[in-house]
Amino acid sequence: MANTTERRKERIDRGIKVRTEGIYAVSSWQEVAYLVLPRLVLIVGLLLLPLIVPPLFGPYWKRVVSYAAIYGLLALGFDFLAHFVGLVSLGGAFFIGVGGYTAAILNKSLGLSPLFTIPMATVGGAIICTLLLLPALPLRGVYFAIVTLMYPLALMRIIEALNIFGGTDGILGVAGFPNTWIEQYLIIFIVIFALFGLRRLVNEDIGLVFRGIKDNDQSVRASGLSITRYKAIAVFIASGLGCLGGAYLAHIYMWSGISQFALDFSVIPIAATVIGGGGTLVGPLLGCFFLVPISEWLRTFGTLRIVFYSVILMAFIMFRSEGVMVFAQRKYHQFQRWIKV
Amino acid sequence: MSGENILEVTDVCKSFGGVQALLNVSFNVQQGDVFGIIGPNGSGKTTLINCITGFIKMNSGKVLYKGKEISNKAPNQIANLGVTRTFQIMRPYYSLPAYKNLIIPLLSPRARRKGGWRGGGKLGDRGTVSIDILEEIGFERDSFVPYKLASSLPTGYLKRLELARCLALRPDLILCDEVFSGLSMSEIASMVPLIEKLQMDGITLVMIEHRLRELFRVASRVMVLNFGEKLTEGIPEVVMQDERVKEAYLGSEKLLDYKFEA
Repeated sequence: MANTTERRKERIDRGIKVRTEGIYAVSSWQEVAYLVLPRLVLIVGLLLLPLIVPPLFGPYWKRVVSYAAIYGLLALGFDFLAHFVGLVSLGGAFFIGVGGYTAAILNKSLGLSPLFTIPMATVGGAIICTLLLLPALPLRGVYFAIVTLMYPLALMRIIEALNIFGGTDGILGVAGFPNTWIEQYLIIFIVIFALFGLRRLVNEDIGLVFRGIKDNDQSVRASGLSITRYKAIAVFIASGLGCLGGAYLAHIYMWSGISQFALDFSVIPIAATVIGGGGTLVGPLLGCFFLVPISEWLRTFGTLRIVFYSVILMAFIMFRSEGVMVFAQRKYHQFQRWIKV
Repeated sequence: MSGENILEVTDVCKSFGGVQALLNVSFNVQQGDVFGIIGPNGSGKTTLINCITGFIKMNSGKVLYKGKEISNKAPNQIANLGVTRTFQIMRPYYSLPAYKNLIIPLLSPRARRKGGWRGGGKLGDRGTVSIDILEEIGFERDSFVPYKLASSLPTGYLKRLELARCLALRPDLILCDEVFSGLSMSEIASMVPLIEKLQMDGITLVMIEHRLRELFRVASRVMVLNFGEKLTEGIPEVVMQDERVKEAYLGSEKLLDYKFEA
């Protein structure tokens, strides 16, 4: 064996990865499978969840599937903003709260069914969130994060103090879903759609502008594009996903209250991004489907669950800080070998 | 073509706290000219470009472009009028391939409006258009270079990419902030014809440069800045004979004599 100082590891793309990048992918089943299988496994896996999870763990877990999907929407929004636009947002709670209250108010005062309130709360809530965040858009990094964290806290106290929207009791008697199958499958379809939609978006021309803003915002301005406008579009997309989740949650709970501004909605998506791997979009989503059930399962331990939760997070940060999906994608697309230096 | 002022800068002042970066700087650039701005380090050249292109708000002064005031407008608005700039410290989008770097300026309102082969009016055309621009600026079309990540390109190509970003906007005026700096002699030699070609295309250039020999090959007028103030302006040969300019660049005559004696 040669001394390790004379060798180093080289990482190169697999042949099949290079071949499938072009149009020639359709020339063999192997290559088609290389491209399609990962996506297929993900989609089929998500679709099977409502069939597998509740029979194994009990009827309560139907709801956990929906929760995980809602957190998944938030995590997609977070990853999109953080890794493709360069805005670190702690606004999960803000988006969920605004979406939830909008849907509940539309449902209670206008008597609209969830079929209408959810899309309306998605667009309306996203407009509200974007307008409120507009003054903060020139801010970068931790400053933007602070503002997005401030809004849910402030709105919670405002609702409490002014006793509007039902005050601390919240808005009761919001319409629910006809049955739990619709409840689970609708949100899973939405999540799959959001994932592949966002992945396509970041590779479109407008997505290049977003990534340009993250890379070099001065350069985007020198290119004659308004960064505030594009940041607003990005925040609109991400907050739309969050508001959609919030509206969905309000209809699942059949209630909307100040606990929808809880910081869990801001923190868990970030933790999921750490575990799943930032910048992959699919990673944070899978991270949610891992973290949310664990968080529910740990409930049996009472307050100790925070300890377990922290240990899991710490382990990931220390041993796989790049995230599971970044690691997995590398292993899938590339192989390593020793070469002589 | 020439004779008309494309850019009129009047009494631009800018101070950063106690430092007076620019004091009453005025100059005019004629349509189709190559106008050089030279001066020692810290004399306010880059600040001047930042003020003209709106990246820094000036304290006072006026900038007229084609007779219309553009002082203190937003950088993206100014860029859309056709006043583009390169950055001294290159600012490409490192995570994107070189040709995708150009998609972003091609999406600007100006590039869309201008259309044509450079603007890429129709969707999906932009990739082709950006390769065209890159070829014009010296990226070999049939090589891998235009498709490489900007982070893996050498300085020479990144400088060209800066210029390409300006060209994608179909500019009337380009303010170049030290396009020659950091380049090898052969890279500069291949860059000079490029500048001459831009000039022949009718684009007016304002160039900040420390490479005086190359600058004087292309520039018809130069202005000298020192400590934020304009020392002199004129044709290169005359300007370089100016005593104040020599002093600013080389230190005072006395000090020079002393050095020679020692």
